[in-house]
Amino acid sequence: MPSSALIDLKDISKTYDSGTQALRSVSTSIAQGSFVSLLGPSGCGKSTLLRIIAGLVQPTAGTVSWPSTDGARPADIGFVFQDATLMPWASVFDNVYLPFKLRGQSVRDASPQIMDALARVGLAEFAKSFPRELSGGMKMRVSIARALVTRPPVLLMDEPFAALDEFTREKLDDDLLALWQAENWTVIFVTHSVYESVYLSERVLVMGARPGRILHDVLIDEPHPRTRAFRATAAYGQRCAEISDALRHDAGAM
Amino acid sequence: MEHSRVLRVVVPTLVGIAFLVVWEVLVRVKGVPEFVLPAPSRIWESLIANFGSLMFSLWITLRVTLSAFVLAVVGGVGLAILFSQSRLIEAALFPYAVVLQVTPVVSIAPLILIWVGYDHVEIALLIIAWIVAFFPILSNTTLGLRSADHNLRDLFRLYGASRWQVLSELLLPSATPYMLAGIKISGGLALIGAVVAEFVAGSGTSTGLAWRIIEAGNRLDIPKMFAALLLLSALGIITFFALTWAEHRLLRRWHESALKREN
Repeated sequence: MPSSALIDLKDISKTYDSGTQALRSVSTSIAQGSFVSLLGPSGCGKSTLLRIIAGLVQPTAGTVSWPSTDGARPADIGFVFQDATLMPWASVFDNVYLPFKLRGQSVRDASPQIMDALARVGLAEFAKSFPRELSGGMKMRVSIARALVTRPPVLLMDEPFAALDEFTREKLDDDLLALWQAENWTVIFVTHSVYESVYLSERVLVMGARPGRILHDVLIDEPHPRTRAFRATAAYGQRCAEISDALRHDAGAM
Repeated sequence: MEHSRVLRVVVPTLVGIAFLVVWEVLVRVKGVPEFVLPAPSRIWESLIANFGSLMFSLWITLRVTLSAFVLAVVGGVGLAILFSQSRLIEAALFPYAVVLQVTPVVSIAPLILIWVGYDHVEIALLIIAWIVAFFPILSNTTLGLRSADHNLRDLFRLYGASRWQVLSELLLPSATPYMLAGIKISGGLALIGAVVAEFVAGSGTSTGLAWRIIEAGNRLDIPKMFAALLLLSALGIITFFALTWAEHRLLRRWHESALKREN
């Protein structure tokens, strides 16, 4: 696993205009090619942190730097929201075409990459469908295809599968892991599910609320590829228990 | 024919025919004078007898209605887009658009007629019909442009979309269902505006259907009144169906309102 830092966060704080302190002095470094989860209860600022990394929210203090691109945020960032956030008036193909379209790239040039992205999420034959014709899980796949179609160096995911049923969520977790292994991505995955974070990540940043901060930095040093069998291992159960305890401890201290 | 179609088409048609038959029979049996209520057959005769002049009037009213409607769409959508681009312009102008809307147009109409002059009556009619028709499009489109999904807005920002791209690729498509709802209301209002304008202008220089109604009323030619009314109604119905059809065509692939539910 390459270990050079892709993103360096230094003393990130965010206070909203309302006076709510969403984040206080968050510092960490995300390694190139790693799969990192931000885990914590609602209101711990994990989504805010993700949005700060994406450049959608400006921190009140602190800096986000990208060492591999001379500090600047790369032009390409894949972002997946909790909802699929598709344009209902556009076909699946056109939804995935969006990042290219906004850059002024023609459909003809982008088409092979769009079809490839759709194939990778298993939706090649749904290119002409409209979002309303798809199930919740399929919409989420389209959203992932859109995020990865430009082959961005990093994929930011904001509780992407939280609204899906458990069966679909586990299926998408596996698909995401397979994609992450096949490509050389860095994934930052926001979730409030302990099990999901342990199953997916190499590293879990456990966050606490009011103000939002990183409480624990837990390495999940279990080998990839992970399969369903991993969920049944003692190591998995132990990791989950540790992290749950850490979260409960924080909640009790509040 | 499927069941729902029978319900939607055949049943109302039967009710209409039954109504006309009862009307005809009652008028004949009771001997109701024609200047109170003419029988449907008499109205039909009058329509045929006055076909040429009524069609000409229909054309005048149609022209005013359509022009006012098209200008209302252009003006309403255009102004809404302007509002979406500048909070300042919206804050400055929106209250006056509301003033224009809530002031009963009949009370401004004489003023407009004086300003425009009786030698350009059709322009005056057009302005009056436009004032009535444009507001629903403006307010609905303004609402629609504000209703775009905020995550999609973020996504556009993330991809570095220009102001123009945000407008054309995100805001306008999101606003389309709202805009079409406004346009549908305005289609009917443009006709009402045209009729009101003709009533107010009512000097005989305008020869639209509404004026025919007043003229026929003054002459106690009640069958002709009904004939003109029938044509106005038909115009309204056609406008409504045309706009409903257009709305359905534009939204059927994606919008909730145009979808058929199985259950």
